[in-house]
Amino acid sequence: MKFSHESIEINAGLLIVLTLVAISIGGLVEIVPLFYIPGTVEKVDGVRPYTPLEQAGRDIYTREGCYLCHSQMIRPFRDEKLRFGHYSLAAESQYDHPFQWGSKRTGPDLARVGKKYSNAWHVQHLKAPRSVVPESIMPNYPWLAENDLDYSDIADRMRALKKVGVPYSETEAEYQANVKKFGKAMADQLNINLAGENLLAQAEAGNYDGNRSRLSELDALIAYLQVLGTMVDFKKYDEGYFAEFR
Amino acid sequence: MSDKHNEQAVQTTGHAWDGDLQEFNNPLPRWWVWAFYASVAFAVIYWILYPVWPVGRDYTKGVLKVSYESNGKTVTSHWNTRAVYIEDMQKGEEALKQKAYLDKVAKASFAQILSDPEMMAFVRSIGKGLFGDNCAACHGQGASGVIGKFPNLVDDSWLWGGSVEDIHRTIRDGHAGFMPAFRETLNEEELEQVASYVLSLSGHKVDPAKAEAGSKIFNGQKGGCHYCHTHQAKGMKSVGSANLTDAVWTIADVPDAPDLKGKLAAVEQVIRNGVQRRMPAWRDRLTPEQIKLLAVYVHELGGGK
Repeated sequence: MKFSHESIEINAGLLIVLTLVAISIGGLVEIVPLFYIPGTVEKVDGVRPYTPLEQAGRDIYTREGCYLCHSQMIRPFRDEKLRFGHYSLAAESQYDHPFQWGSKRTGPDLARVGKKYSNAWHVQHLKAPRSVVPESIMPNYPWLAENDLDYSDIADRMRALKKVGVPYSETEAEYQANVKKFGKAMADQLNINLAGENLLAQAEAGNYDGNRSRLSELDALIAYLQVLGTMVDFKKYDEGYFAEFR
Repeated sequence: MSDKHNEQAVQTTGHAWDGDLQEFNNPLPRWWVWAFYASVAFAVIYWILYPVWPVGRDYTKGVLKVSYESNGKTVTSHWNTRAVYIEDMQKGEEALKQKAYLDKVAKASFAQILSDPEMMAFVRSIGKGLFGDNCAACHGQGASGVIGKFPNLVDDSWLWGGSVEDIHRTIRDGHAGFMPAFRETLNEEELEQVASYVLSLSGHKVDPAKAEAGSKIFNGQKGGCHYCHTHQAKGMKSVGSANLTDAVWTIADVPDAPDLKGKLAAVEQVIRNGVQRRMPAWRDRLTPEQIKLLAVYVHELGGGK
């Protein structure tokens, strides 16, 4: 049979297959090289996986759908730098699964919200945003302070992340590798076997929600928010350094 | 016009439904075809100008160049958003305009800034944005704070000092405001006595006997309040303790309480639970010039000393 455009147009199945092929080529050419071109992920010090408590907070962040209104991706524009801080590096979300770049800013970008406000502000703001920012349209999240944090499966959650490449440690060899890479104090935090007690210890020491009598979801979420964008010390690098990776 | 004429004028797909219902097979509109060719040509030009095609472990860089200063050297690189960003920060029209003022502010003393109308105009203009992005979340867009949580910056009552230098230090290094909780130290009766004394300091009519007892706790070893608030209850800038003799309340919501009972309860609440407040340090997030500008801006909000 002679091939003609007509044979594609009158055959819905073939049209769908060929459309998918055509679109895939565009996608593959854009995405696949990022996995093997060196320099996609910048070489910077300081980026580490989340501690168990921060990871638990991150899971609440995704559960509540924060990413629907808040991006975590500061673009390399002057206005964004002035408002939010240094633009986001690929390296900074290398341990994020799934990443929280988001695609819409109804609220402000949160990529560098860590340490910007006090824990007390976060407590008040998450419970009742309009009590501190009257013009805010963010919903209230009062249950975060009322719900006890369920961390019974935190070790499993870390194991799942380990399967997709996050260097949490389970064996002695993995632990030693982490000691080398992140230092002993952090390697202890990334040890799956100690996940539960590490989580409790950090919550106890940090007292993020200002209430020592209980471990709430708010504790975990604020621990996560307070670490966002704080891992890389940008004072150590000349601005031109990051452009070399592009 | 006859059907015959129509058939000759345009091609049809050859089908006929219901006897005479036919589908035209018109060529694509001319403008559409040309738009298609134009987009192909655009793509080819784009490939030449910008980084596009992956080649092995590298990619075509395109012919466009961007140059910027890095480590004291001029770097010329292929076009990419990061290089464009650096160039914009270094040579962009807006950036240079702002830099001229920032350099001027960096060199000037606070006294010079405060007396120079041009620099003050810059302070007010850039300060509004800086304050909105960084300070307004707690202190409010109008800087009036949230009673009990975040201090009001537009009145002339300051916990950590209201001179422009004090404000500058506060923004740069942050503060940890702390008052111990007295729930274990004082019983309910004593709490009421201390609260009565505290209210009496700012002219509230309270039970004199209770106030007298409260004064003993306040100024004695039992409460030890005077260590931070002083015997005169004027507070100390060095520890951020409040002046209790004025009618300004930053933590206990006394003004909103309808009667003496409510006012006492508000003060007792603070003594019972203590205070833990944190003003974050901004030295790692903002540049020294930005902190300087913000200090002047906050000082000028109304209450600067």
